Amino acid sequence: MIALSQKQRRVFSQIALTAAAWSVAFIIFFPILWMVLTSFKTELEAFATPPSLFFSPTLENYQEVFGRSDYMHYAWNSVVISMGATLLGMLLAVPAAYAMAFYETKRTQSTLLWMLSTKMLPPVGVLVPIYLLFKESGLLDTRTGLILIYTLINLPIMVWMIYTYFKEIPKDILEACRMDGATLGQEISRVLLPMCKGGLASTVLLSLILCWNEAFWSLNLTAANAAPLTALIASYSSPEGLFWAKLSAVSTLACAPILIFGWISQKQLVRGLSFGAVK
Amino acid sequence: MTIQSCDLNASVVPMPVSNENSAASAHSKAQRVARWLVSPSVLVLLLWMIVPLSMTIYFSVLQYSLLYPGEHPFVGLENYEFFLTDEGFSAGMSNTLILVGAVLAITVVLGVAISVLINTPFPGRGIVRVMLISPFFIMPTVSALVWKNLLMHPVSGVFAWLAQVMGMEPVDWFAQYPLSAIILIVAWQWLPFAILLLMTAMQSLDKEQVEAAKLDGAGGWAIFRHITLPHLARPIAVVVMIETIFLLSVFAEIFTTTGGGPGYETTNLAYLIYSQALLQFDVGMASAGGLIAVVLANIVAFFLVRLIGKSLTEKH
Repeated sequence: MIALSQKQRRVFSQIALTAAAWSVAFIIFFPILWMVLTSFKTELEAFATPPSLFFSPTLENYQEVFGRSDYMHYAWNSVVISMGATLLGMLLAVPAAYAMAFYETKRTQSTLLWMLSTKMLPPVGVLVPIYLLFKESGLLDTRTGLILIYTLINLPIMVWMIYTYFKEIPKDILEACRMDGATLGQEISRVLLPMCKGGLASTVLLSLILCWNEAFWSLNLTAANAAPLTALIASYSSPEGLFWAKLSAVSTLACAPILIFGWISQKQLVRGLSFGAVK
Repeated sequence: MTIQSCDLNASVVPMPVSNENSAASAHSKAQRVARWLVSPSVLVLLLWMIVPLSMTIYFSVLQYSLLYPGEHPFVGLENYEFFLTDEGFSAGMSNTLILVGAVLAITVVLGVAISVLINTPFPGRGIVRVMLISPFFIMPTVSALVWKNLLMHPVSGVFAWLAQVMGMEPVDWFAQYPLSAIILIVAWQWLPFAILLLMTAMQSLDKEQVEAAKLDGAGGWAIFRHITLPHLARPIAVVVMIETIFLLSVFAEIFTTTGGGPGYETTNLAYLIYSQALLQFDVGMASAGGLIAVVLANIVAFFLVRLIGKSLTEKH
């Protein structure tokens, strides 16, 4: 038995820790990595056993995906719906969060908690009436319909996040503005918004991520006209056969922008996703 | 400079009482404005909650099928009776509970282990962190199909190849263990959420306390058991409750992979209600089921709101 000095032992445990952490990260990241790799294979290589690791990458899947006009149609729906719902959500959430953070009343806390509780309503509980209401009012399979739904389901999270950012701004600064005779509009646009740019940006990102990936209402309320990318990819579930490379290419395209947004905003996500209960 | 001019004004005004009055009236005016700013959000959320939910309650006591237009007679609690005694319900209920329980167990245990593992600095920690949380940003339909086709396929999937390499019989996941396959996919999607929250919580762990325990000769396990785990108790509770809310309504993963089958083997409550409503067009029964799902979620939400409310009052 070789006795190790303390220093040697520390080096070994550091190496073991690094190796363990990297292996775990590799295993968890592997499905995404594999999807991206498969998207650059031919359909034959994608289906091969043993899986081909060394292959000459091809862009033909991407060309084919872009060549089919319907991909752009779905992608455009995703963009319009996510941006529309985020914009509408911000328009509602910023004033509400402002009022709650700077003019706190007895009811503010319970209002906030009540808003959160609407988020906990399971969507299937209201699926039938929403479906029927949408059918009656012609909102079924429209982008407007999905924008409305997404705004409503994300509004509590947005109000909550912006509220916690506004709370961090010292009230004295706003008092000083008011003393100087700044109007409410000036106070918000010239002082408040510039001071919370980062917070508001991460709220926007989180909302975009949640809208882009939403897959209950988009699958149930849309068909050909307003279906976003989540629905396009779900349509790949039925046929079996040599289409994995194309599926991977579509999936990679659909996930890449959001993955990057997620990497940028990962630190702020905790605040929004845990409703401030974890710091 | 502007603040100085303010002070000057105040000293010029001889009666501080009237000044206070006008300040108070300005304040109450601001309060009014504030109420106007909150009301749109409150109003739309109120409508969002009350209108569809009362419609669900109303439909749930009617005999209402989209296949038979015309009258929708009142049938009392019949829909509930049918829904609760249907074989789909007991299957859906137990699948829901198994799915929620298994995913919670996997994500919490692995989440704690991984966040402890990556808490001490090592080369490339930033990249490792990004890799670990990535699955959270993949849309559910994509992760379901990538897992089903590229990984779990019994012939050409990566898992089948790994099994072959190790000399084992490849598993046909969706035929042999469909519910386990769904659990694996959903757990993969939610593990990053647990890691993200627990990792953040680990950063506020008192390092001096750990050092002191080490000096006293405490081993790694003892430190984990008596310092780390108690510190993580609250974030774990938050993870459990927030995940439960979302896991109760897992839908897209089932929709894209198994369609609830074979039989009822992967049908959870959310999928069962969807199939009643949009595949069998039975509005009354689906509404009754929907309300049962709402009640279930409310039980969890009750505790969650209390937990969050507590942290809200602690903070301010």
